[in-house]
Amino acid sequence: MPDSPIAVAHHNPELRHHFADMEQQRDASSLGMWLFLATEIMFFGGMFCAYLIYRLWYFPEFAAASNSLDITLGTANTAVLICSSLTVVLAVRAAQLGKRRAQVVYLALTLVLGLAFLGVKGMEWTSKFKEHHIPGPSFHFEGSVPGHPGQAVDQQHAQIFFSLYFAMTGMHALHMIIGVGIFSYLLYYAWKGRYTPEYHTPLENSGLYWHFVDIVWIYLFPLLYLIDRKK
Amino acid sequence: MSEHIVSVKANVAVWLALLVLTGVTTGIAFVDLGPLNTIVALVIATCKALLVVLIFMHVKYASDKLVKVVVIAAVFFLMLLLGLSLADYSTRLL
Repeated sequence: MPDSPIAVAHHNPELRHHFADMEQQRDASSLGMWLFLATEIMFFGGMFCAYLIYRLWYFPEFAAASNSLDITLGTANTAVLICSSLTVVLAVRAAQLGKRRAQVVYLALTLVLGLAFLGVKGMEWTSKFKEHHIPGPSFHFEGSVPGHPGQAVDQQHAQIFFSLYFAMTGMHALHMIIGVGIFSYLLYYAWKGRYTPEYHTPLENSGLYWHFVDIVWIYLFPLLYLIDRKK
Repeated sequence: MSEHIVSVKANVAVWLALLVLTGVTTGIAFVDLGPLNTIVALVIATCKALLVVLIFMHVKYASDKLVKVVVIAAVFFLMLLLGLSLADYSTRLL
């Protein structure tokens, strides 16, 4: 006979022996995930802080450089990411209700949308590369300050905007790539029928991660793309 | 206590709200509001983030109050980082 009477009452093979029951196990892992996301907030927070300070100092160049970004692609990508958040939520819901097929479909859709986002991001970076907007020896920016067409743009200050642009969208894209990896893993195990209404913690916590990455983009989009767009 | 299952209707409503707010923030960026442009953009972004955190990330329904404490603490420390840094840099006499 097993020595823990509580473990006897819950035969779920996914229950680790150091938890009293499935609910305690789920609460503990959810709390752990949120603590991880708290560190992620501070990680991105450092870059947002640097961005805000430089934007305060070099606003004309930030506005000029921001206007060189493709607002159509940026808005479309925001919509793609929001749709992927919906498919994640529906995948988690399907697991809660024990619907395997729906889980697989929504996870696959999430992967497609995540890859579409990365593809569009790649297109944007390619055009930046061709325009010599990558910080470095061959950096050259010819845009003008909105409302002041004659004003010369300080190359160093514009370079700082693009350094922050590539650092922030780059770290965001890296998180997306990791997310695509995680969701491929989830898709495989969802297909195998591992996630049940009693146990779907990996799906739930990966969902939290995906939504977090979505929130980072929700802030990156207006801060990077929408500076001084008025005509 | 079992976990809360959000209805498809609520999820779709949040999704639509997020899409509409994205359109609004892009549209309003082309309207001259002076320094308010930045503030409006950040307010809209924060509304979107709140919708995602509360509904999509289930914080509104979390039975575990510790999760709420962690979320509030994380935002508090982020505000401390941004608030104190900007209080310094925006008031310097260069």
